[in-house]
Amino acid sequence: MRGAGHAVSLGADIDTDVVIAGRYLRTKDRSIWAARVFEDLDPALAPRLSGAVIVAGRNFGCGSSREQAAIALKGAGVVAVVAPSFARIFFRNAINIGLPLIEADLKCPDGTMVRFDLESGWVETGGIRLTVRPLSPRMLDILRAGGLVEYWKVKL
Amino acid sequence: MSTLSERILGAPAGEYVDRNVDRAYVHDGTGVLTLEAWKNMGSKGLCDPSRLSVLFDHIVPANNSTTATLQHELREFAKSSFLHFFDIGEGICHQCMSEGVVRPGEVVVGADSHSCTLGAFGAFATGVGATDMAAIWLTGETWFRVPESIGIRLDGNLSDAAEAKDIALTYVSRLGMDGGSYKALEFTGNGIRRLTMDDRLVLCNLAVETGAKAGMLYADSITTDYLARYGQSAEPQVQEPCRYVQELAIDLADVVPLVAVPPRVDTVKPVHDLAGLPVDQVFVGTCTNGRYSDLARFARAVKGNRVAVRTIVVPASRQVLWEAAKTGVLTDIIEAGCTIGTPGCGPCLGAHMGVLGEGEVCLSTANRNFKNRMGVGGEIYLASVATAAATALEGEITEPGVP
Ligand code: SF4
Repeated sequence: MRGAGHAVSLGADIDTDVVIAGRYLRTKDRSIWAARVFEDLDPALAPRLSGAVIVAGRNFGCGSSREQAAIALKGAGVVAVVAPSFARIFFRNAINIGLPLIEADLKCPDGTMVRFDLESGWVETGGIRLTVRPLSPRMLDILRAGGLVEYWKVKL
Repeated sequence: MSTLSERILGAPAGEYVDRNVDRAYVHDGTGVLTLEAWKNMGSKGLCDPSRLSVLFDHIVPANNSTTATLQHELREFAKSSFLHFFDIGEGICHQCMSEGVVRPGEVVVGADSHSCTLGAFGAFATGVGATDMAAIWLTGETWFRVPESIGIRLDGNLSDAAEAKDIALTYVSRLGMDGGSYKALEFTGNGIRRLTMDDRLVLCNLAVETGAKAGMLYADSITTDYLARYGQSAEPQVQEPCRYVQELAIDLADVVPLVAVPPRVDTVKPVHDLAGLPVDQVFVGTCTNGRYSDLARFARAVKGNRVAVRTIVVPASRQVLWEAAKTGVLTDIIEAGCTIGTPGCGPCLGAHMGVLGEGEVCLSTANRNFKNRMGVGGEIYLASVATAAATALEGEITEPGVP
């Protein structure tokens, strides 16, 4: 499973309250989450996320278990998130809704292309390729199915 | 020799296992998405409704018609499909599950990050997201990566001014906000033997603030006595020697009243250093510190006085509220000028009552002080119940007196 996108850099310890604020959770309208993503961090960020690979610092997605955070990112057009580490609930949520995550300590200027391969386990930018831990076979199966909903829909 | 996580999950750290879930629960916030995901999976039945619970705690009673409509759908489904449905006013999901439901050795999964609270019973309890939960509704099981464990040894005696919350803030500040990532925290040592179940629930509650998957304690006679009061029988768990990837020792005698300074839970200072900082609101409650013992402690401190700032007290459950009403604790709190909220999460998540205004400062007994959590432009300082009481009486951050 390969992908690519332009880099959008963020800092460390990005919590899910910052990804999507609690005041937008009482709806099932996913377009609201996509539109309001990172509103409290930087309202100018959302329009830049289409086709983006977020390159963040460690502990991305910490805090509340809200799955809306992962859905908001995917809805806004984020292709993948690269960070040295992720909060574990966010990690599961992202895979479950079909948003690829890559555990790597990447640094690159905004706008540069980031390419990745989840199966072989690498991410590259600016001609430098980092080897990363590949996702487990189960996570790859879930991503290939398009998320856990689709995975179970066909499996049962 | 195994850690408690390895024992309960039945495999060594690092392995992936599929495990049957003994208890699985959602609240009104995550339940709506879980129901949607479950329907999208094809509405193919529920594995075992006796193991599944739905609890309404996050926005209760509903604050507007959008919320009410979302809650209505989940309520109707829960009432017709689940054995355990806790409607508004029953209390915070983790608290209700701690009132005689969860038992030692169980695998417990909640669609909420603070599900780790229930590790206080010697259970493996952890949070998942809504779609993971939908798969659990369907199949009764889920996958785990068996975590490595960090041993946190507590020795000695806590001073009168300090509380379990201060121990929790101590370990969170020492490990940092991702120091426990993917791991389980195991609390051990002689200091544990003197901590009540309420104290232990506080310790495990904040485990996720270090990124940990679980926070847990071995069940002992305090655990079994507590469960016996709810008519549940349980066996203590004997701790085996085991290997921790990291060890942390805390001498309880060194623990002082602390405050977590916004916007990070791991930025912790002695209350002393912040004394005199004016606050606009004090909030006592949540799955961290909304239990009967917390309300009783707060009442003792404010009894006969008037609070100097708006103070919101929200019991963690109906049972807590009932006990506080019965013993007069509630009367003392009301007479001191505090506002009482419906049992549940209250202002903790900034979605309804008690929301902060721009530039307002709140001292809260909760577990999270992220930017804007309780309202855009508001700041949250986290502290113990005793610190909250002293602060409420003065209107500024104040060190708790020795009771
Ligand atoms: S009280 Fe606060 S932290 Fe606890 S479950 Fe409710 S919203 Fe979450």
